Amino acid sequence: MHELSVCQALLAQVEQVARENAAHSVEKVVLRIGPLSGVEPRLLQDAFPIARAGTVAAGAELVIEELPLTVRCQNCGTETAAAPNRLICGACGDWHTQLISGDELLLASVELTKA
Amino acid sequence: MCDTCGCNITPGNKHLVEAGGKLAHSQDGKAAVEVLHGLLGENDRQAAHNREHLEKHGVLAINLMSSPGAGKTALLEATIAAMKDELRIAVIEGDLETENDAERIRAQGVPAIQITTGSACHLDAHMVHDALHHLDLSKIDLLFIENVGNLVCPASFDLGQHRNVVLLSVTEGDDKPAKYPVMFRAADLLLLTKSDLLAVLDDFEPARAEQHLRQLATAAPVLQLSARKGAGMDAWFGWLRAETAARRDAARKLRPAAKVSGVLRI
Repeated sequence: MHELSVCQALLAQVEQVARENAAHSVEKVVLRIGPLSGVEPRLLQDAFPIARAGTVAAGAELVIEELPLTVRCQNCGTETAAAPNRLICGACGDWHTQLISGDELLLASVELTKA
Repeated sequence: MCDTCGCNITPGNKHLVEAGGKLAHSQDGKAAVEVLHGLLGENDRQAAHNREHLEKHGVLAINLMSSPGAGKTALLEATIAAMKDELRIAVIEGDLETENDAERIRAQGVPAIQITTGSACHLDAHMVHDALHHLDLSKIDLLFIENVGNLVCPASFDLGQHRNVVLLSVTEGDDKPAKYPVMFRAADLLLLTKSDLLAVLDDFEPARAEQHLRQLATAAPVLQLSARKGAGMDAWFGWLRAETAARRDAARKLRPAAKVSGVLRI
């Protein structure tokens, strides 16, 4: 539901990167998003064309790399894949785990054409 | 993981992404710029500023989150009535429309600032910052920020709070932590509210709610209470006393330093 405001924050950052690099247009924006970020990649894709209109990224493509959900067990030390509502150790079942990857909401890179 | 300082750039890929590196520029005048910033960096910066401001005054800020109607405002009314003589309390209220909740809080004799978000489904750090300017922080020990009733979006926005308290009323399903993991995983304390109704509800099992919470790999304590009937409130008050005392001690340690160093994340 808040994907449009996330998208607007994204565009503000992209515009800043474009300014810093004296770019006249942005071709591609790459994000890295984990399943626990609270942001739905598909909704972000829907919101992007609305948010990019009138900006330096008006013609940009949005690429979203979805990151895996991985936890490390504090009991047995194993790293296993997890689901958003099941973050326990996949090996021994202990819930004392640490999130290794999965809550990212990152602007990874911007591809731009210099003026 | 750290999403602000660029630590994802490893010795293995550094030469590729640095200026002049293979991936930094392609041959047709196009350039790929590695950024690696959190998308909500602007909000996070403002939240860090809010937190620093609160900490300078020794104020403990609690972000109260739940679905609409779980009893956030009723909990605050009962908490203020019981604790206003020992703690100086203030409240920031977030709702889409109306001053109703702020008026309920003011009727308890403490300051309340209403934020009406229009159609926005969550509070963000900038809204809270504006509200903070209407409060005299030197006269507050405990600040409650009652977020918009919503189990989805508020979880994604840091406001500058110290603790997240999430309410789950027993008239909802005990599997809510499994359905809304991002929210419940963020909780530092889970309150099972309206516990007086457990006697007439045969489908809400507090132990099951806690099991679902543990599946999210969190050690957050779970308390059962009823603000209306006063049951279980002492444990909640005890938690608040311990947290405010810890915050006050931290502020005291902060004060002797010549100046507070800026720890804003860029």
